[in-house]
Amino acid sequence: MKVKEKIIEILLKLSALISILTTVGIILVLSIESISFFSEVSILDFLTDKEWTPLFVQKHFGILPLLSGTLLVSFIAIAFALPIGLTIAVYLSEYAPRNFRNWIKPALELLAAVPTVVYGFFALTIVTPFLQKIIPNLSGFNALSAGLVMGIMIIPFVSSLSEDALSAVPKSLREAAYGMGSTRFQTAFKVTVPAASSGIVVSVILAISRAIGETMIVAIAAGQQPRLTLDPTVPIETITAYIVQVSLGDVPHGSLEYKTIFAAGITLFIFTFILNSISFRIKKKYQEKYE
Amino acid sequence: MNNATVNRFKDKLFQYWGMASTLLGLVLLAVFIGNILVEGLYRLDWDFLTSLPSRKPEKAGIYTAMLGSVWILFLTALIAFPIGVASAIYLEEYSKKSRLNKLLEINISNLAGVPSIIYGLLGLEVFVRIFGLGGSILSGSMTLSLLILPIIIVATRESIKAVPKSLKEASFALGATKWQTIWHQVLPASFGGILTGVILALSRAVGEAAPLIVVGALAYVPFAPSGPMDEFTVLPIQIFNWVSRPQHGFNINASAAIIVLLIITFFMNGIAVYFRNKWQKKLSL
Repeated sequence: MKVKEKIIEILLKLSALISILTTVGIILVLSIESISFFSEVSILDFLTDKEWTPLFVQKHFGILPLLSGTLLVSFIAIAFALPIGLTIAVYLSEYAPRNFRNWIKPALELLAAVPTVVYGFFALTIVTPFLQKIIPNLSGFNALSAGLVMGIMIIPFVSSLSEDALSAVPKSLREAAYGMGSTRFQTAFKVTVPAASSGIVVSVILAISRAIGETMIVAIAAGQQPRLTLDPTVPIETITAYIVQVSLGDVPHGSLEYKTIFAAGITLFIFTFILNSISFRIKKKYQEKYE
Repeated sequence: MNNATVNRFKDKLFQYWGMASTLLGLVLLAVFIGNILVEGLYRLDWDFLTSLPSRKPEKAGIYTAMLGSVWILFLTALIAFPIGVASAIYLEEYSKKSRLNKLLEINISNLAGVPSIIYGLLGLEVFVRIFGLGGSILSGSMTLSLLILPIIIVATRESIKAVPKSLKEASFALGATKWQTIWHQVLPASFGGILTGVILALSRAVGEAAPLIVVGALAYVPFAPSGPMDEFTVLPIQIFNWVSRPQHGFNINASAAIIVLLIITFFMNGIAVYFRNKWQKKLSL
């Protein structure tokens, strides 16, 4: 009996270790291929060159155009999703009747359940033609519609985590505000939102990290032209879309072009890793505050 | 107007704005889906489901993509379900408060935030090259399993945590060992919650395209896969492939394929919500 228990424990432990191995694997794979990439391309060029053309004859390896594309789309997505997501969170936690809330929350989760390739299709075939009526010189591929549609997708990320944070604010704080004659609006924005601010920040950081790593929407709707610009109406390329572009082509293993996707990947990984670590820190801190 | 009226007015205004915001995303999604239905519904017939891909849009179907998705779903479930549940049991029942536990916890929360395409790069290097599995269904499933492990682990831990302590104590008092208690008491009691998490994770896997493209799933597969070592494509990649073609006929095909994909994901989400509600009721009894 004892032996069996021990064996089971070891098996369970091995399973748990797979997740550590995954992290180690990701870091190793990205680093090894990137180190070999940077032995051929100087890291200074990578960080400062304003062009990214590894698939052309005239090769340039500057990550800045891909990075600017990634950040531009993410910025548009967050600028759209943050005010709406936050409003939803406040509305659901302070205003909405309980049965409406119970009904609407799973419906909102549906927004995040739609596969991203479907959102890409929406962006390309519905949102872009619609926006072209308002902005006539909008290209068929652009950062604007990709960003807006991505914004729709991440609304539930902002709203549901923020609402959790708002609901965790002790009732006594709210009652004190009401007792002094505040309206729900005043209570929400002068008392509950400030009290839940760290949780709200966590939700926003996770949404940003999600937007930066999003792939199919931008691969379909934002274009494949790496370009250092802040203009949302022209085609651009994000880090993720570049990796997809190379993966679809016939790039031989071990070539410099092959290694570029790992150099691009490690850049992406570093960004999301930093964002995730910050959100984890904040989360730990505010959990302690309420416990 | 005095201050109080202004404040009450602002309060009312925000209420309407809040209602509008809540419905905005859903209304947009409804408009989008309505559009897709108009475009693609008439294309959706038995032929479309059972035809092989073709260069001519009116002849092309989603047979290979659907079979690929089913294979991927089946193998991913087979790999990720036992590993995920076992990891969660270890974290929740065995390694409480140890340093390893802390490390694992930080690690899992970080993994959950890693973009899916990075998992694709990991799969490409480890499963496709080092293990030599090539761009096969097995490589794809293993990659997606790693991707959804954090989701399964988190959901399973939550469900196990919700099992009342009294249940375990009663089992121990009757002389059951730790594993007997877990196997006969904890797991059955938390099964509804675990199932919800696993189904949600799998519905995420069904919709993924990016990591599979990186691993080497092909856009054009002229035959149906028959084993885990075969080359494959999946529905989302088929849709991506059709979306990027200029002919309008392929756009219609994409719409029709999207209807199928949405039915599958919404159906899985529906089942998950159903299990969750049922399980929560059982727990509160």
